[in-house]
Amino acid sequence: MAKQIFAELVKKEEIISGIYKFSVKAEEIVKDSKPGNFIEIRVSDGIDPFLRRPISIYNLDKENGILEFIFQIKGKGTEILSRKEVGDKVDIIGPLGFGTFNFEKYNKIAVIGGGIGIFPLYELSKQAKKSGKAVNCYLGFRNKDLVMLEKEFKDVTDNLTICTDDGSYGESGFAIDKLIKDMENEKYECIYACGPTPMLRTVKKYADENGINAQVSLEEKMGCGLGVCLGCAVKKASSPNDNPEYFHVCKGGPVFNSKDVEF
Amino acid sequence: MNTKVNFAGIEMKNPVTVASGTFGYGREYSDFFDLGKLGAIITKGTSLRPKSGNKPPRVCETASGMLNSIGLQNPGVKYFAENDLPNLRKFDTKIIVNACGSSIDEYVELCKILNTLDIDGVELNLSCPNVKEGCMAFGNTYEGVRKVTSSVREVLEKPLIVKLTPNVTNIAEIAKGVEDGGADAVSLINTLLGMKIDINTRRPVLANNTGGLSGPAIKPVAVRMVYQVSQAVKIPIMGLGGIMNGEDAIEFMLAGASVISIGAGNFIDPYTSVKTVEGIEKYMKKYNIENITDIVGTVEMN
Repeated sequence: MAKQIFAELVKKEEIISGIYKFSVKAEEIVKDSKPGNFIEIRVSDGIDPFLRRPISIYNLDKENGILEFIFQIKGKGTEILSRKEVGDKVDIIGPLGFGTFNFEKYNKIAVIGGGIGIFPLYELSKQAKKSGKAVNCYLGFRNKDLVMLEKEFKDVTDNLTICTDDGSYGESGFAIDKLIKDMENEKYECIYACGPTPMLRTVKKYADENGINAQVSLEEKMGCGLGVCLGCAVKKASSPNDNPEYFHVCKGGPVFNSKDVEF
Repeated sequence: MNTKVNFAGIEMKNPVTVASGTFGYGREYSDFFDLGKLGAIITKGTSLRPKSGNKPPRVCETASGMLNSIGLQNPGVKYFAENDLPNLRKFDTKIIVNACGSSIDEYVELCKILNTLDIDGVELNLSCPNVKEGCMAFGNTYEGVRKVTSSVREVLEKPLIVKLTPNVTNIAEIAKGVEDGGADAVSLINTLLGMKIDINTRRPVLANNTGGLSGPAIKPVAVRMVYQVSQAVKIPIMGLGGIMNGEDAIEFMLAGASVISIGAGNFIDPYTSVKTVEGIEKYMKKYNIENITDIVGTVEMN
């Protein structure tokens, strides 16, 4: 059940330029959170910026009740958030989203992320590996300056492949192309993806066409984050184009089975 | 100290309600607080048949507010009656259903069904800016408003409130259509039609191009319109538009609103409505106000 808390910022780190990792004391949220859940943060006490910012959960430290999230400064809201200092309180609602990553019934999985979409895949990989699953991870970045969290992901996966679009680090090219190539020989029971929309579309197309399970974490502009305003609509794949029906990312998602959605 | 209000024949424990489309059918917010703390809950706009709403993106942030073009997505009155109403009824608050339709016949048919439900009142939505048919198309002329209101009045056996759009030249004249049509009360304002353009793609951010602006950005417009309507009609007013706290609520009441609604404020803090109840009580204490109804419309103009 979602709660609002004012969580103390206990650690703050700029992991690469303009991208911050916040660790907050949030025991009440951590204990109910699952991989794929997100939180909503109110960055200002006032009315501008107005809406909360939906941010995915990066790491859950259940033992110490610490929640970690990572965000990039993209506009006014995230810029204000980045100015918080250790000891400050962060107004958080969470955990949010009823559609989360499920890995229980699979033994060998592929995890694929691109850019700032990689964050929610960390907790998934961590929990999956801990419960004995073989976790094969593919992370894509534009170039070597944007590569992040390599060590962290290495620790929670069995195989980690880093790709850069320009070949300046790791494998050259898109992570998704590498994954698809590997799947000529490897049999992954489920693909878990979060990242740029073109990447997610490729994952969906490949998985749907080849009858492979895929779980994709989606983004859409959100109002409330609670399932009330019905803003963050995503089309149900089963509904006709001329009379579409919708799920909502904040409630039905953010993680969906790829075959259930069209985006 | 007495915060009770009889609004349009609906006995409310306080003048704080939550606006349609910002509170769903109450379920999500009941995780945060006892809905019985509110004077009334106004449901998500509900139509005769289910509506799937507009294409995304449907919302975006603007200065001190937001735009939405949800398009009245709702599961329809039958689903509401079977699945949401029983849960909502568990709370000690009044239930007002926001009713929308695309023709007079549809409004009438919907209200006949609403007659049979255990609800306390109906708010007629003549003001959604995001659907092509009905709603605002009726809401922007005196005659349109009067005609729908009187047609519904003939069949509806519950208190009738009519919600108005601010996207008109003369709000007072439109409100007279509500009064002349026989409604018990009027609520205003719905959202102001707006647009936001993404300068990188050179396209509107919303898939529907335009949307309704809500939040504190629209509050001064809403307060002005509530005042103007209060001078034009005798029926009571439900005031809304950017209310974030008790002070804002009092401002609307001084302007002439008997009760108020919290809209977009619910999104940024789930407790905005209950905090508004507390804020109103604090104001009453500070100024020794015995009955909250005593301050309604007491603004003294310069």
